[in-house]
This record gives sequence, structure tokens and C-alpha cells, in this order.
Amino acid sequence: MSQATPAPEQPAGSTAPAPRRDDGIEARAQGALREMLTSSWLVTVCALVLAMVISGVLIAAADADVQDAAAYFFARPADFFSAAWDAVWGAYVALFQGAIIDPTASTFTRAVRPLTETMTTSVPLILAGLGLGIGFRAGMFNIGAQGQIILGAIFAGYIGFAFDLPPVLHLLLAVIGAAVGGGLWAGIAGFLKARTGANEVIVTIMLNNIAIYLVGYLLSTKAFQREGSNNPISPPVGGNAEYPLLLGSGFRLHLGFLLAIAAAVFVWWLMSRSTLGFQFRAVGSNPSAARTAGINVNRVYLLVMMIAGSLAGLAGSAQILGTEKVLTDGVAASFGFDAITVALLGRSKPLGTFFAGLLFGALRAGGFAMQARTGTPIDIVLVVQSLVVLFIAAPPLVRAVFRLPSAGGRGAAPELSAPVVKEAAA
Amino acid sequence: MKKIIRAAALSGAVALALAACGSAPEESEGSAGADGGADFKACMVSDAGGFDDKSFNQSGAEGLDRAKDELGIEEVKVESSAPTDYAPNVDSLVQQDCNLIIGVGFNLADALTAAAEANPDVEFALIDSGFNAEGLDNAKPLLFNTQEAAYLAGYVAAGTSQTGTVATFGGIQLPSVSIFMDGFADGVAKYNEDNGANVTVLGWDKEAQTGSFTGDFDNQTNGQNLAKGFIDQGADVIMPVAGPVGLGAAAAAQEAGDVSIVGVDADWFETSPDYSSIILTSVMKQIGAAVFDTVSASVEGNFSNEPYVGTLENDGIGIAPFHDYDSVVPAEVKTAVEELKAQIISGDLVVESPSQN
Repeated sequence: MSQATPAPEQPAGSTAPAPRRDDGIEARAQGALREMLTSSWLVTVCALVLAMVISGVLIAAADADVQDAAAYFFARPADFFSAAWDAVWGAYVALFQGAIIDPTASTFTRAVRPLTETMTTSVPLILAGLGLGIGFRAGMFNIGAQGQIILGAIFAGYIGFAFDLPPVLHLLLAVIGAAVGGGLWAGIAGFLKARTGANEVIVTIMLNNIAIYLVGYLLSTKAFQREGSNNPISPPVGGNAEYPLLLGSGFRLHLGFLLAIAAAVFVWWLMSRSTLGFQFRAVGSNPSAARTAGINVNRVYLLVMMIAGSLAGLAGSAQILGTEKVLTDGVAASFGFDAITVALLGRSKPLGTFFAGLLFGALRAGGFAMQARTGTPIDIVLVVQSLVVLFIAAPPLVRAVFRLPSAGGRGAAPELSAPVVKEAAA
Repeated sequence: MKKIIRAAALSGAVALALAACGSAPEESEGSAGADGGADFKACMVSDAGGFDDKSFNQSGAEGLDRAKDELGIEEVKVESSAPTDYAPNVDSLVQQDCNLIIGVGFNLADALTAAAEANPDVEFALIDSGFNAEGLDNAKPLLFNTQEAAYLAGYVAAGTSQTGTVATFGGIQLPSVSIFMDGFADGVAKYNEDNGANVTVLGWDKEAQTGSFTGDFDNQTNGQNLAKGFIDQGADVIMPVAGPVGLGAAAAAQEAGDVSIVGVDADWFETSPDYSSIILTSVMKQIGAAVFDTVSASVEGNFSNEPYVGTLENDGIGIAPFHDYDSVVPAEVKTAVEELKAQIISGDLVVESPSQN
């Protein structure tokens, strides 16, 4: 994951990513190994393992059979351990079967469906996470993906069910609507930050609340309700506005997944190859220096938020044009907040965010099977996710547990620390 | 301080160790209890409220639990935390080879309709809403004419009120909530019409379909504050249609003294003993019984797509006894309620609500 160009966001005094000159194969191999051990990727994997272990303890503790066996622990300890093992193993097997592949299924479609469910669930996480990642790298802690997803869903949904347009055009318009909706909503925070210096953390959080009540209000109006019904639920979007299914009607996987891949490539190009992305990163590492260097920092704030918001809005389109097909007040679920975790886990990089989104999609998809088959509360999945982030935020702890060599005092997420420190100082 | 902590930790450890000293149960083989439905798997999906909502999810789950105990069937209950969970949860139950899948609330209508169309071998039931498609042989809606019972409760409330003001409020403006409020308001209006009285209803305007809502089904403080506001305006009978939030209203009523509460869903005299002395009556909705009947019919192979409609006639809905208020409610009100009930059952009197399914 070394960067080809000297990245401006590297804080002064950090170690060079990898030996760049040809110092012989051995030195290179050593460097590569060292980079792997000290890299944040290994910490990420270890954090995941640690989170699964601790969650295992919680699964066992919450299991009724384990509790029964604990009552006569000294009389027959083996019962306790076998019950605990059964509970944890059963839960994780169900999680795997619900997220990757289910060999017990009766048909081939049902057997491979879990993997496609993981991909489907990951689409909004990846899209919103990509947007948040851009913000983080530009030094803006955007908490507003939830509201931006909702706005995207409102725009896409309205275009989807209120109009009747020809096939390709309808989908295209709805998707553009979603991006515009999310982009405008986030643009409010960017504009306020650029013009008045308003803290984007506070503004985006408040905009989330406004968005939640806005969709609640809209769903109480006749324009957004189904005919002859008072329920707060919109009519389904027209068939022409739906994302086409990629694998046929047996699966929910839709075109949005390809859109997420395309968005990841676009963000990579934007941040690593374009002038604009260079400006974003420069502002992220030091806004004052960037201003001195002639970068219009206020314009960057506005653009970063609008691009991030558009991506979150696309996440909303994945919900309403892909899986849900109707607008409800819960259309965004908790994707906007989970996407923050995804972006942090993915180190705000496109590829990292993509895989982090897949991982969280898998946890979510597997969680349903875990609950249905073993009765494990679905909240345990949330605990795993939270623990992963907790450990990633504390790399020295993970390094200590797994006795990994230290990274020379370097924080595992230098880009992340910048905005956080700035917020603390503000 | 340190000593105290140490002592506490030690005694805690001892308690834990002692608690672990129970004797092991005898190994038992093949002790399957009541069967007949042993191979039957009945499943339920909650809406985003979860099974501990002290409202319809909980009532539904209790009905399923009863079926499990009495019919010896297997049950699977899954909770949804957001509307996006509905389709995957229903799908995971289909994958689990459930024979009957019950969804709680209109929110699940889309997911359950789609699953019913795709899986004709599985039976589906939906509480509080109809399915979105016609002619599904394997889909049974469980509906309740709640407004009929709320109508009677409104009549009783108006007949009992000393101040001439009664109130109602909801948690969130959903049809399953406002249907109570519609019936309540109509019942009060009927009392006014019959007796030339002028009892006013705070918190709900049936014509405009607007009224007071706390905004959620969790925050009891909101219910308490809203109820206090009504009491300050002179209300002395309050019907909170907001699950556990209603307990906040009960607390406010108890504090105020001569204010009584109309419970909803279950008989609050039984379910909330702390407030039993101020419960005038309750508007009961027998979701649990409907679920149990549906499951047992399905186990016996008698599942039908005929909608179940809970009415005063079949006791699917009703009002609870007056308990402590038996001596307070005027005799002529009691007779009038019996007459109204008979009229509703015979069809001479129709209580309407825009929220009716």
C-alpha cells in the first residue's frame, strides 16, 4: 500500500513507507516483512480476531444452556465448557453460513445466496464510506452520512415513484437525483464551514436530525403515501427506476454493486491522480500551509462536502432503487453511522474502504442467520463491529496483545488523527 | 476504601463459586413432552420495536410462546432493528424451513407479501395489516377492529369524568395507534349526543386526524409531561396509546390524585399492578390469542387465507372490567355500554376509522 508519489499528508518525521532504492533483494525482503508487521493492515486483522474472541465470550455468557451449566460448574465442569463451545461455535458457523456460503441449503441458489447478500448489504456501506473517507483525508470529520443517505433516498424515491419514464432514462435520473440530494445536503455543512467557520461535526450531526424528521414529515403527506393508505410508507418505485438485478430474480444483488466499484475507482483517481485530490489532501494535512501555497481552502471545504454527500446520496439510491424499493423513515437504517466505522477501518483509502464495507456487509448479512438459527441476539454483531473499531483506535493495545513490533511510535492512522486533534483544539 | 473493594470482590467471588456448586441434572433421554406438532416450526419477525415493546410485538411473541408450550412446536423469533432488516429476516426464516411465518405490524407487509408469493409452500400471517396482493392462498391477515372497543372506553370515560374533559395521546402517528384514538373520540361524542353533555376530548381531532404524540414508544418522561399538561387543562381521564410511554401518564395521574387512566392492548389492572388503583378500564386487543389460534390451526393442517378479524363479537377485542372503579362508573353508563356493545355486534351501529384495515 505504499504510495507512488510523496504524499503531502505524511506528517513530518514519520518513517518512509518502504525503501525506494534498489538496495538488494535481501534488504527489500526485510523491508517488506517489516512493513507488513508494522503495517496497519496486520493490526486491522488482529483487531478483528480479538473482537471475535471477546464477542465469543459474550455469546457464551448470553446463552441459556451455558448459564444452566454454570450453575453446576463444580459438579460437572465439562458440561459448562461444551455448552460454551457449542454456543460460540454454533453462532459463528451460522454467521459464516449466513454471510459466505451455506452448504446445508437445499438448492444451489440458496447455497450461494449468502455471499450475494453480503455484497448487496455492503453497497451502501462502501458508497457512504468512500465519501466519508474523502472528508477524513481532507481533514473534515463528516458525521452526516446518515442524513445525506436519507436525502439521497428521498430524491431518488420521489423521482422513482412519482414519474413514469422510459427504462434507462428513469434510472439515470433517479440516480443523479440521489447524488444531487445528498450533495446539496452535505453542501450546507460545507458552505457554513467555508463561510462562517462553523464546525462541520456539529452541523452534520444536526443535519442528520433534520433529515430524519424531514422524511418523517414527508411520509405524513399525501404526496409520499400510497393511495388509500395512511401508513407512513411510500409507493414502490417504478420498475424502470430500479437497479437491474445482476444475477436474476433469485438474488438481490443489483447494479449498485458495480456502481460501488466504479465509485471506488473514481475516488482513487480523484485522491491520488487529480489536482483537486492533491488540494484536498494538502488542506487535510495543513490548511494554513495550503492557503499559503495558494489553494482556495474554502472552495475545497465546499467541494469535499459536496462530493462526500453525493457518494452518500448514491448509498441512499442503493437502498431505495436496489433493495428496499419504498421510502420509509428507516430507509437508511444505521448505514450512515456504520459507514464512519467502515471508512475508519479502511483507513479512508478506496481499496481499504471497499473491503471494510464487504466485511461489515458480511457481519450484517450473517447476523440475520445467526439470530434465526442460534437465537444469538443480533446486537452481538454490533458489538463485534464496535470492538473492531475500538481496537483499531488503540493499535498499541493490539500490538501488545499479539506482541507485534512497534511502529516506531507512529500512530496507526496518521490521517485520522489530524482532524481529531484539530477538533479537540477547536 | 481499598479494603472495602477487596472484601466486596472476595465475597462476590465466593458467591459466584457457591452459585456454581449446584448438582448436575440427571442425563435424560428422549424426554420430548407434548407432541403432535413436534415437527412444526412456527416463526415470528418483529418490527423495529423489538419483542420487548410492551405492545403488539410482545403480545404476539407471548401468543407464540404459548403455542410452543401447549402444542409442543418449535419456535424461532427474530427481531428487526430497522426496516431494512425485514426482508433479510423473513428470508432467513424461509431458509430455516419454517412452516408458518408471522410478521408483526404493517411495516412487514411488503416483505411478507413478497415472501408469500415466492414460497407457496410456506404459510404466512401478518398482524395488524392486510397483504399487498390479492388471492394468496398461503397468507392470512390478523386484523382488529380496535375502534369498536375504544368507542366503548370513550363512552365510559365521558360518563365517568367529573370535569367534563378527557384526553388521549399516542406514541407515533401510526394507523395502529390512531385507530384507538378515533374510537375513543367517537365514544365521547356518542355520550354527548345521548346525554346532551359537552365532554371535550383533548389530544385528538378525528376530523383533521391530528393530535398529540410523544414521538416515540420509549420515553416515559414525555408521556408524563404530556399527561401533566392535559391534567392542568382539566382532564381527569386519559388514554395513552403509546406502549410503555403510557406508564409515564399513569405516574402523572397517580401524582395528581383524582385522575384515572384507560389502559391499552392488555388489562393494565393486571399488567401494571403499581397503578391498578387508577385504571378505569382497558381497551384490550387479543393479539396473543389470535396468534395462538392461527398457529394451532396451522399445526392441525387447517390454515386458511381467510382474514382473522378481532371484533367485540368474537372477543378479539374488548374492554376490561372496571375493577376498583366498579362503584364509580354510574349504573346507567354501564347499561348504555352493554347496549352499545350489542348494537355494534348486531351491526346496527358501525364505528368507523380511517385507520381501519
